[in-house]
Amino acid sequence: MIKGNIHSLQSLGTVDGPGIRFVVFMQGCSLRCGCCHNPDTWELDGGTEYTPDQILQKVLRCKDYFGEAGGITISGGEPLLQSEFCCELFSLCHKNDINTCLDTSGSILNDEVKKLLTVTDRVLLDIKYTNAADYLEHVGCSIEKPLEFLAYLQTQKIPVTIRQVIIPTLTDNEENVVFLKQLAKKYSVIDKIELLPFRKICQTKYDNMGLAFKFGHLPEPTKEIMQELNNLI
Amino acid sequence: MTHENWNGFKAGVWQTQINVRDFIQANYTEYTGDDSFLSGATERTNALMKKVQALFALERQFGGVLDIDTATVSSLTTFSPGYIDKENEIIVGMQTNRPLKRGVSPFGGIRMARQACEAYGYKLSETIEDEFKFRTTHNEGVFRAYTDEMRLARRCHVITGLPDAYGRGRIIGDYRRVALYGIDRLIEEKKKDKAAMAEKPFIAENIKISSELFKQINFLGKLKDMAAMYGYDISGPARDTREAIQWTYFAYLAAIKEQNGAAMSLGRVATFFDIYIERDIKNGVLTEEGAQELFDDFVIKLRIARHLRTPEYNELFGGDPMWITEAVGGMGEDGRTLVSKSSFRVLNTLYTLGSSPEPNLTVLWSKQLPTGFKKFCAKVSKDTDSIQYENDDIMRPIYGDDYAIACCVSAMKLGKQMQFFGARCNLAKLLNIALNGGYDAMSGIHIGPQMEPMTDEKLDFDKVMERYDIYIQWLSQLYVKTMNVIHYMHDEYCYEKVQMALHDTEVERLMAFGIAGLSVVADSLSAIKYGCVKPIRNEEGFIVDYNTSGDFPKFGNDDDRVDSLAQDMTHRFIEALRKNETYRNAVHTLSVLTITSNVMYGKNTGSTPDGRKAGEPFAPGANPMHNREENGALASLNSVAKISYDDCRDGVSNTFSITPEALGKTDEERVDNLVTILDGYFAKRAHHINVNVLNRETLMDAYENPDKYPNLTIRVSGYAVNFNKLSREHQREVISRTFHTVL
Repeated sequence: MIKGNIHSLQSLGTVDGPGIRFVVFMQGCSLRCGCCHNPDTWELDGGTEYTPDQILQKVLRCKDYFGEAGGITISGGEPLLQSEFCCELFSLCHKNDINTCLDTSGSILNDEVKKLLTVTDRVLLDIKYTNAADYLEHVGCSIEKPLEFLAYLQTQKIPVTIRQVIIPTLTDNEENVVFLKQLAKKYSVIDKIELLPFRKICQTKYDNMGLAFKFGHLPEPTKEIMQELNNLI
Repeated sequence: MTHENWNGFKAGVWQTQINVRDFIQANYTEYTGDDSFLSGATERTNALMKKVQALFALERQFGGVLDIDTATVSSLTTFSPGYIDKENEIIVGMQTNRPLKRGVSPFGGIRMARQACEAYGYKLSETIEDEFKFRTTHNEGVFRAYTDEMRLARRCHVITGLPDAYGRGRIIGDYRRVALYGIDRLIEEKKKDKAAMAEKPFIAENIKISSELFKQINFLGKLKDMAAMYGYDISGPARDTREAIQWTYFAYLAAIKEQNGAAMSLGRVATFFDIYIERDIKNGVLTEEGAQELFDDFVIKLRIARHLRTPEYNELFGGDPMWITEAVGGMGEDGRTLVSKSSFRVLNTLYTLGSSPEPNLTVLWSKQLPTGFKKFCAKVSKDTDSIQYENDDIMRPIYGDDYAIACCVSAMKLGKQMQFFGARCNLAKLLNIALNGGYDAMSGIHIGPQMEPMTDEKLDFDKVMERYDIYIQWLSQLYVKTMNVIHYMHDEYCYEKVQMALHDTEVERLMAFGIAGLSVVADSLSAIKYGCVKPIRNEEGFIVDYNTSGDFPKFGNDDDRVDSLAQDMTHRFIEALRKNETYRNAVHTLSVLTITSNVMYGKNTGSTPDGRKAGEPFAPGANPMHNREENGALASLNSVAKISYDDCRDGVSNTFSITPEALGKTDEERVDNLVTILDGYFAKRAHHINVNVLNRETLMDAYENPDKYPNLTIRVSGYAVNFNKLSREHQREVISRTFHTVL
């Protein structure tokens, strides 16, 4: 059976998808976003190996807590780098009536990913920046990738939550939010936009790993700005 | 049999026999809606509460005790009436003649009363000292009968906190009986019971019952006198809501005047009162605002209840608690919910009067509870950190639907069961004693079966278990014998006359044993089984520390390899206890609950094989050790849920702290998520959970700036405390606990 490299498991997740969720953080990500709060998930090697069934058994132990809205969320890292594993895990979850949710940057769209999406009930799609130049500079790939991914989700009618980290000086502006709203108009699968405040509690992780926190010099957004931007949605 | 004050109530067997449950079932109105009907506090309540807040502030300034009457032995009629503000109180009655003034209760032990006075700069009066020269207290009785080994077990702290020098508490009188029937009827019934004793063989037990009935009848009379001092005639049934609450409160007040018991719980009164409220509202003599106001005034009285205790006592039971536990909600055996509008009203006092540790509001949770009530409870938890939850779905099949909770987690049928409280023993210390062949390296005391300390370089699991079991069997017999002495003497010298008068004469007795250090022991055994534990010995060959290496599963991660060790431990221990005969044929029960004594137990326990260092606190109750949970909150809850309630009928306490952010993004989400978590946890047959929704930073700030947080309430272990009333050491321990956060 295929194995996944897993960074960690969080049995009680309430911020990554609807309701109470068991969150699987996958190991490995090829992006190097300046605001990333999980640099310890970057390396492709490492983490702990689990089979999909081993994870399923743990998820089943939490099924009583899911209520009507909850379920499993695969986050990371970038889950799409291990889409075969994720696909198998989600298939097992579906067999057990567990709602599945995928938290991704949408930077890969191949056959394996498309197969994974057939067993995905919701995608939390991280649109990191809304202009091509920022996206290229701070993510390292073209903004077209997540947009193509989104277009594909539209064809598959998979509900989408758009997420964006609000980073002072970069994304804490009205145009940005307006852009996200326009996306939501264009793609009917988007039923929710979530603005997440940029947080710096991960600084210690960077320090411990001897890595530079690229956005360490930026402040966290104020509650007022978050409120203002949320009011635009 | 009928009475004009019962007009409007549906008839039933409750009229011909003392049966409050039957009255409730025949007359209550279930409520399945939401909280929108609730009223706020009236101006009168606010003004009264302001006075009370000022008194609380004054009490804090005086170091926690405002005043002590050192010359009067606390009892039902020994103090003249006391008031906060006589003209503006609608429920009256106070333990002494002034609010927050504490009385002395030397019947549990004169030393304790003397030391408590001295700890706060007072001196017990000569009159009381003289009088008690010629009286035997419970404490003196116990020490007359204690064996050398019992004293040693106490001194090396392998059994601690036993009620051998203070009132045992944990008995809940069915205080509602006074409101429903009036004193005269209750006396009449007890007299019949006493007369019936004449037909029985006059052997020791029956003579004892007969003499106890005499005391009960005598004190029911005193209860009537006490009420008369406040201008009330409680010889007959209560006429309306205010009288029902007042009569019930008088009965409870009599109990706390008579007994300085460790936990003096209230029972299950809200839905009982609701019947009177519904009748009065229907008759147009009461409004919603008025109903809330009565609850508020009653709860204010409960919030100013105090007992006088020593600093040593506070070390075990920190925060000056009374455990005025009120069980709220639950389901009936017929499938109707026992939630009434008054279940909401009593919780609403946390808004009308502000958050508070007392009364200890305990929600009896069932999957079947109405959604509106579930959501309101979750909202109150999130806003006040003042309530706890216990699993009605596992208790109801055992205790029926008219049980209540004594102290934190001890269920008992109201008026039909009582408990012999037995604090707890230290299983982690016992493991060390076993490995050292009957030697406690912390105190230097030899105790238990004497054999060679284990000599293995690396501890072997099977050999350790074989030896540990010998010591478990030994401690169990010693523990039961010790409890038998304590409760024999308590019945003899400090009998709960009022409380037992509010029980059926034929009462079932439970004997409640307890264990501390469960997660330390589970992790220690896991380290021995799956990791590598090498003892470090002193020159004499006794183990004083351990070198623990290798990876091993830890309790709190939903890993059966270690969770089964915890399950096995509770099962093994209750089975061992059951082999030993109890005083008055009490039924053995077991709890995994520490109150705040987990700190003291840790202090008195050497390093353990799990890697915990000497003196470090244990986790409270059945909690996993702090910060050993690696898979988040639900995995931690799942581990605790595996502890069997059948083995631990006296309760399995779990304290759960989560940051608001980790519970959800919006208030609405947080409420929904908490409801779902509680449903999930209790579906796993877990027994109890304390819920705190707060940030560690808040506690750290309160630690540094107590004045900023005069009313900060948190749940600790089966009860809630005002954070400022904890010792610095307890505060630090609470801050160090696991807070489930967002990654």
